[in-house]
Amino acid sequence: MRRLRGKLAPYLLSLPSWVYLLCFFIIPLGSMLGMALAVGDPLDGYTMSDNFSEFVNAFTSFEDSFIRSFWYGGLSTLITLVLAYPVAYWIAFYGGKHKATFLFLIMLPFFVSFVIRVLAWEFILSDQGFLFGSLKAIGLLPQSFHLLSTSWAVIGGLVYNSFAYYVLPLYVVLEKIDQRLVRAANDLYASPVSAFTRIVLPLSAPGVFAGFLLVFVTNVGDFVNADLLGGPGTYMIGNIIQDEFFVNQDYPMAAALSSLLMLLLMVSILAYSKAFGTDAIQEYAA
Amino acid sequence: MSTDDINDAAPGNNPGNNPWLRGLTQPRLSRQGFLRGAAAIAATAMLHQTGHAAEKVTDWNAWWAAQKPTTDFVFANWPLYIDVTSTGADHPSIDTFTKQTGIKVKYMEVIQNNAPFYAQIAPVLKAGQATGYDMIVMTNHWELTELILQKWLVPIWHEKVPNFAKNASPSVVSPAYDPGNKYTMTWQSGLTGIAYNPKLTKREITSFEDLWDPAFAGHVGMMNDNTELGSAALLKLGIKPSTSTPDDWKKAAAILQDQKSKGLVRQYYDQSYINALESGDIWITQAWSGDIYQANSKGYKDLKFVAPKEGVMIWHDNMAIPVGAKNPLSALEWMNYYYTPDVAGIIEDYINYICPVPAAKDYVLNTLQDPAVANSPLVFPSAAVLAQAHDFFAFKSYAEFQAWNNIFNPIIQG
Repeated sequence: MRRLRGKLAPYLLSLPSWVYLLCFFIIPLGSMLGMALAVGDPLDGYTMSDNFSEFVNAFTSFEDSFIRSFWYGGLSTLITLVLAYPVAYWIAFYGGKHKATFLFLIMLPFFVSFVIRVLAWEFILSDQGFLFGSLKAIGLLPQSFHLLSTSWAVIGGLVYNSFAYYVLPLYVVLEKIDQRLVRAANDLYASPVSAFTRIVLPLSAPGVFAGFLLVFVTNVGDFVNADLLGGPGTYMIGNIIQDEFFVNQDYPMAAALSSLLMLLLMVSILAYSKAFGTDAIQEYAA
Repeated sequence: MSTDDINDAAPGNNPGNNPWLRGLTQPRLSRQGFLRGAAAIAATAMLHQTGHAAEKVTDWNAWWAAQKPTTDFVFANWPLYIDVTSTGADHPSIDTFTKQTGIKVKYMEVIQNNAPFYAQIAPVLKAGQATGYDMIVMTNHWELTELILQKWLVPIWHEKVPNFAKNASPSVVSPAYDPGNKYTMTWQSGLTGIAYNPKLTKREITSFEDLWDPAFAGHVGMMNDNTELGSAALLKLGIKPSTSTPDDWKKAAAILQDQKSKGLVRQYYDQSYINALESGDIWITQAWSGDIYQANSKGYKDLKFVAPKEGVMIWHDNMAIPVGAKNPLSALEWMNYYYTPDVAGIIEDYINYICPVPAAKDYVLNTLQDPAVANSPLVFPSAAVLAQAHDFFAFKSYAEFQAWNNIFNPIIQG
């Protein structure tokens, strides 16, 4: 009896988390999948069914948006990584006693509401705004130039909004790297470049992956940036799901699209971990 | 041994006699019973989901007769949609109402847009519960039709609102979406036409053709509300939206697609088109009359609103009483109060869309001494303009609504 209790203890202690997961993850997930298969309309109600063709419809009708979302999400994640890595590297290796201050400065803009920050970009980048307006006035830009309502504005917004979320996990792993390893590499005649590519970069791979999870998953499903900074032809899958749910009231379609998005995200995360090795992830988890 | 036996057993023989212990050691519900209960709950839930709303029949005459006057009134409206004192704290029209009737008003600015607000109240109404509002304001779009089809609105007792028959503009009497004003009375109307900045377009705008003018490439704003978007294209083709057919819709979608693929459209906007117009990002756009009036008085004096020669759309935001309202007689009292030239005038002087009470014009001009509002063709359009304004296509079923969506959504989403 006592042994049994000893074995059960961890499960009992983790029971609250299991209940939490069940209530706020498993049940909603199940009802979403159920909704995707249901047939009916909002007036007559829905009946459970096995309408698997809804998933096929969802994909074929919005294939372009899926591709666009993964393209925007992937590219913005890559740009964010390229921008965030040097910053995290510099803070971790050369930040000295002011590391906390620099991290705080990076977090500072994020104390302002997400939507307000995107609206601020709309204001800064407007055609006749103080930035482009002045450049146009002195003839550096053609009058017809505009950045808002283009794909680049959306990708730029995604990069801006995910920057801090990439710096933080990168900083955490880079900070832990023993700098004597780099010195040892230099002593063994490694050039600074090869010391970086052969020592620092592999050791920071878990941070790259953690940041990828945070940034890529949020960016692919984002709809605010496309809504505020985008134009015709920048609709992302998040915008479509929002439309299907609120405007069209096509709840099965919205549920099918959400499920598909989740599935595709899981596939891409698996693909990433296959391509770059799973040990990095396990290391980070440990 | 069955459960009954335990109670009969001699004291001390059985732990079952101690209720506390029994509670701990014995299941309260047998597992079978529990499953049966769960199945029943699930079945009720399914019934709720599948049951057709039309099966519920209420005798509304008897219902109204049974209502007693109350001293409360909860009014859900859109932001900035009623008069307000300069400090922003008070609504004079509401204060006067309370003074006259003794009804306390809880005024809530909770409606940001039709679709999200509908998504908020629909599950509550579907569960047969009260929304907590005695009056809501909805545009004559699909969501309002849906509230009517679901029987989620209380039919208005017209005897209690005599001022409507006396003072209402013909443009809001018995509209296609609510014949006989059975469920709704208009709070405000508005025109959807074209707004432009003459400094940037460098010429006058008169027609929907101008939204397709290649000279404005990349600076044309269109609405992302697909009802407005589709209606504009229908008018350009010379088709009356209210009597259009799915074939017409396809033709309209084709010219919209063409407009988009030629790079004319800057963006499909929600209410934010007005910011883009003010900042100069767009030169010409589909627009609501009230926004342009407010932009003009805010200092953007250049901006102009035109009713295109092909016609202009008119929409109505409507007061309605949701089923389950606790103070329906107060709601009727308010409707009757609103449909007087004085009250409509006070409110109109602040919100500047289109007043459903034409006689309010004299009140604004002579009593409030505000000729700018009273003489504005945007706030008090002539009867001729109103008579020529086009109504939206009134959807009669979800299938029709979906057909419209399937034709026009790909333009916005593609």
